[in-house]
Amino acid sequence: MDFFIQLLVNGLSVGFLYGLSAMGFVMIFKSSSVLNFAHGELLALGAFVFLSLHSVVQLPIGWAFLATLTACFVLGFLIERFFLRPLIGEPLIYVIMLTVGLAAMLRGLLLLIWGGNLRTLPDFLPAWMDIQSGWLRIPPVYMAAILVGVLFLVLFGLFFKYSAQGIFMRSVADNQRAALSLGVHVRRVFALSWGIAALVAGMSGIILGLMNGISVHDLSAVGLKVFPVVILGGLNSISGAVIGGLIIGVLEAFTGGYLSPSLRDVVPYIVLVVLLLVRPYGLFGLVEIERV
Amino acid sequence: MRKLRLHPCGNYKESYTDELAIFGSDYGRLWSLAGLAALFCAVPFISPPYLLYVVNMIGIYAIAAIGLNILVGYTGMISLGHGAFFGVGAYAAAVMSATFNVPFLLSVPAAGLITAGVGMIFGIPSGRLKGLYLTIATLAGQFIIEYVLVHWEGVTRGTEGITVPAPTLFGISLQGDIRFFYVIFTVLTLMIWMAVNLIRTRYGRAFIAIRDNDRAAEGMGIPIFSYKILSFGISSFYAGLAGALWAYYMVSVTSEPFNLSLSVEYIAMVIIGGLGSIAGSIYGAVFITALNESLRWLTDLMMNFGFITRSGLNMAPLREFAFGLAIVLFILFEPRGLAELWRIIRSSFRLWPFSY
Repeated sequence: MDFFIQLLVNGLSVGFLYGLSAMGFVMIFKSSSVLNFAHGELLALGAFVFLSLHSVVQLPIGWAFLATLTACFVLGFLIERFFLRPLIGEPLIYVIMLTVGLAAMLRGLLLLIWGGNLRTLPDFLPAWMDIQSGWLRIPPVYMAAILVGVLFLVLFGLFFKYSAQGIFMRSVADNQRAALSLGVHVRRVFALSWGIAALVAGMSGIILGLMNGISVHDLSAVGLKVFPVVILGGLNSISGAVIGGLIIGVLEAFTGGYLSPSLRDVVPYIVLVVLLLVRPYGLFGLVEIERV
Repeated sequence: MRKLRLHPCGNYKESYTDELAIFGSDYGRLWSLAGLAALFCAVPFISPPYLLYVVNMIGIYAIAAIGLNILVGYTGMISLGHGAFFGVGAYAAAVMSATFNVPFLLSVPAAGLITAGVGMIFGIPSGRLKGLYLTIATLAGQFIIEYVLVHWEGVTRGTEGITVPAPTLFGISLQGDIRFFYVIFTVLTLMIWMAVNLIRTRYGRAFIAIRDNDRAAEGMGIPIFSYKILSFGISSFYAGLAGALWAYYMVSVTSEPFNLSLSVEYIAMVIIGGLGSIAGSIYGAVFITALNESLRWLTDLMMNFGFITRSGLNMAPLREFAFGLAIVLFILFEPRGLAELWRIIRSSFRLWPFSY
């Protein structure tokens, strides 16, 4: 029973990280229907920029954190401006392939600058985050993931519900042409959503890096694991992303614990295929109705 | 001998047979025959061994790329699992020849058929899904197949890999680049011929109808599910065939090459070459292989410069960067690929000096 509970807690904590990583992904999909294959590289970028700012430039943790988030935001903005904007209205395959190309470019760049070795981030989380009660122990990284996850969930919830920009984003996601004709600045919405997504990705990258150390290959692999998570939650639901992440995390932990560790990495994809066959629009996604 | 016809300046087609003709003028037919003759008679003998190896690889990749183009370019379904299907073909051929001593002539088509079966299974989600969701389903297929290739140790011998015995065809041993060149390019020619003609049949037209508007196609009485599965089957058949040839050519088969980046390379070939163009798939295969080889050559060259080695820079990631950049630039500036570029060049010659 202890083993079960520990697996459950581990799974939930890792799941929160997956959910957090998936949030930025859903953000982009929600406003511009772009599947971002470069998401893992954005995660890695955030972690590496943070590492450099902290250990090379020697900024204090707080400032390094803020500077990283700003840098990620600007980068997301620039990616949208230079690469995605010319493709507005082009067929899906070009957009998907562009993000695949972008992923290769970013990965090459990251490896060129920081190399492929595993690096560790400084452990800066305060001690009160280490929760221990009897047999149950939640390490500070997991606690941070849960806190950040909940924080962003609430922030995004409020943002999409009440702020003007959030409502614009929802309108663009719902019907781009109608939004345009009503005077919504669609291009600004796209730029903003890429900026925010990159920011969230950078943030998740830092937390993922705290847990396992950062290496370009590992973090880009997490970028691919986002797919089962978002499909499970529904591609356009941010809270769905978190719940999908939790389910995938727990599933991975149990497969790794009870069945075999090697099956662990492939189980999310098996679930993905089955789910796509049974319920293509995910647990919380919008059911699209098509007309000829 | 009848008079050779040149391309007229304008559209003067009078019958459906004209419209469906593969070669617009007799010059096209002559040129392709001359090209084939040059390819088969000259290339293997004048090219140095390494170049011949590269040419052979281009031939193998081109077969698989044509298959992917039938699925992506003609049927409009984006697959990120083509590299895995290629791997299934390679393993099928390797297992058949190493374990069961199946002869070359039988094992290659059989590997194609087995891969077609696997492809059809992974194509089943296309019954309900399309667009993004189908792409993600094929991505899952890629990972599942990769897992099975590594962990089904009874058949695939896991990470250890399989060594394929040297193939013989009609009693002639097929070792060496030159002999294999003939095998690969005979198969490639056959497969091009099949693909070009497939597109002109009712099946090909149904694929194109599904790509252009699947609901309208269904309304016109095309059973889209079975046609989509068929498209998956044909596409994987090509991938399996190419994989089988690859296995015999490479001698030893391990699961590493068949990862997601191979699938991405195939998609890149199809996009850079030109979606919905058989010739484009070949241009794409040539382009990507040439790009890979020249980047490898360039990074090797740069490794030799003392100051770069001393500065501790690792040049290998530069290849990945340049590969991504090539894809991005093509999509931004010529999304219809090399086939379209070639068409523009050709027609500017044809219409000169009155380019309108």
